[in-house]
Amino acid sequence: MTISEKILAEHCGRKEVKPGEFIEAKIDLALGNDITAPLAVKEFYQIGGEKVFAPERVVFVLDHFTPNKDILSAENCKYLRQFARGQKINLFADGSVGIEHALLPEEGLIHPGDLIIGADSHTCTYGALGAFACGVGSTDLAAVMLTGELWFRIPETIKVIYSGKLQPWVCGKDLILYTLGKLGVDGANYCALEFSGEVIKNLPQNERFTICNMAVETGAKNGIIEPDEITFDYLKKLQITNYPSSVPPASLCEAKRGGLRRTGKLQTTNLKSDKDAVYKNIIEIDCSQIEPQVAYPPLPANVRPVTKTSNGVKLDQVVIGSCTNGWLEDLRIAAKILSGRKVHPGLRLIVIPATPRIYLQALKEGLIEVFLSAGAIVGPPTCGPCLGGHLGILAAGESCLSTTNRNFRGRMGHLESEVYLASPAVAAASAVLGRIAHPDEVTKI
Amino acid sequence: MVIKGKVHKYGDNVNTDEILPARYLSLREAKELAKHCLEGIDPEFTKKISPGDILVVGKNFGCGSSREQAPLALKTCGLSLIIAQSFARIFYRNAINIGLPILIVKEKIENVSSGNELEVNLNTGEIRNLTRKETYQAEKFPSFMQEIISAGGLLNYVQGKKSATYPR
Repeated sequence: MTISEKILAEHCGRKEVKPGEFIEAKIDLALGNDITAPLAVKEFYQIGGEKVFAPERVVFVLDHFTPNKDILSAENCKYLRQFARGQKINLFADGSVGIEHALLPEEGLIHPGDLIIGADSHTCTYGALGAFACGVGSTDLAAVMLTGELWFRIPETIKVIYSGKLQPWVCGKDLILYTLGKLGVDGANYCALEFSGEVIKNLPQNERFTICNMAVETGAKNGIIEPDEITFDYLKKLQITNYPSSVPPASLCEAKRGGLRRTGKLQTTNLKSDKDAVYKNIIEIDCSQIEPQVAYPPLPANVRPVTKTSNGVKLDQVVIGSCTNGWLEDLRIAAKILSGRKVHPGLRLIVIPATPRIYLQALKEGLIEVFLSAGAIVGPPTCGPCLGGHLGILAAGESCLSTTNRNFRGRMGHLESEVYLASPAVAAASAVLGRIAHPDEVTKI
Repeated sequence: MVIKGKVHKYGDNVNTDEILPARYLSLREAKELAKHCLEGIDPEFTKKISPGDILVVGKNFGCGSSREQAPLALKTCGLSLIIAQSFARIFYRNAINIGLPILIVKEKIENVSSGNELEVNLNTGEIRNLTRKETYQAEKFPSFMQEIISAGGLLNYVQGKKSATYPR
């Protein structure tokens, strides 16, 4: 079996599962946010729900339209706070709020081998820690709150093997954009996307999160990377927390969450695809040829190398942040390029650290000072402009290059605005030059 | 069950940002969401449709965000059915879960145009284009999904199972 099949088999108590089969499986963790949880709670009550099944396995993170962007969203957040407190669900709703897909790993809530669902399409991010994690709807979340279980169709797996040597500035974001360009927005529809190869094995944890985060843009059910020394090293380091949060961090692989143990017995040594596992397709990518990439509107798969972009599209806004690239390492790269330089006159650079811990650490490392001195706007952890929520909406005719994950028409504001997707390095360079730019154009004058 | 309706046709990769733009995501009432259905593609859409009309689209319908507000708006705005060459995964799942009628037709569906009259047998999946005098055959749902559909959605299905397994 593939690693995805193994995790699903274990969670429905079967020795083996095959693609195409339907199962009902026990969920280790279920996530909702301020956009998706209100509908889920409404459905939960409507069907006669009273007490949430295993509330310690449910998390609400109020991160999309917060700090409350208007009266309606304030009322939704109030509704969710009351529900979560009454049901003793894990809740991040105040100064503890981070962008959910960066926050949950940081809080020690994600473990290799977990089965995780989230009422948010980028739940697939957690596959970077060797969990099976996929996005679902609000009604699915309501069903899990009722019973602790959910139905799944076992996906076929597409394996992508990355080999070769990364060129300067090329990072996880470029790899997933390049892969998207090859697969298209439905090339992996309903499939598990397994990322592997020597390049992946040497990628730091934050870049693995970035890659798995955008698996959904290919149509995939989940993205996953076999856990290894880098994964376990990351998890071990989480033991040290320097910031108060609502939930105590879970210990490595013991998977205590509010005192509750993981449902399964899958040993972390067995979280690998078998040598004789059957794949739908195996794609090999030579990374030595890959340059920094940009996804042109109106699709995340409309990808080309930065140096081929026609004389650099002029930009009104650049966003550095989101669940894709709001990690500390992303801010470090951006700060390295922006240090001693200024944001292009008239361009709005918005920097959003993904979590309060990342924000605090960036502050301590002097990164926030670099951003502010360059003329950037630094915002609180939130999804904000990524989905056209708040903190950086575009007017008609405006263009934005961002480190986010979608650029459909009207994604960040007016239907006549445009969004380009790229890495933090390309974003920082573009913010300095006022147009889409390769980092070398700024750093190698 | 047989339904009859007028077609509204759109292309490939219609995404959930277009079906239900982010600025309306705070709305909780289905009727309010329905007013903004497909506003990201056609701000006049809700004015054009009559109850019972059928949406026919290309590949990868409903891609992007998981927002259930999107299929909910489609279900509530008056459309009786969505026929697509393919659906994106989370949208497909949501549609089954909330009882929004959908059908997958891989071949010949690009021939259908806005304004065509269709007659659809939801049980057999047979679709007759009364305007073009053509027929198409929709794919059958896997039997597990048929159970959810027959129950009237996921929560009805789950509730039925719960009552069966855990008698009070």
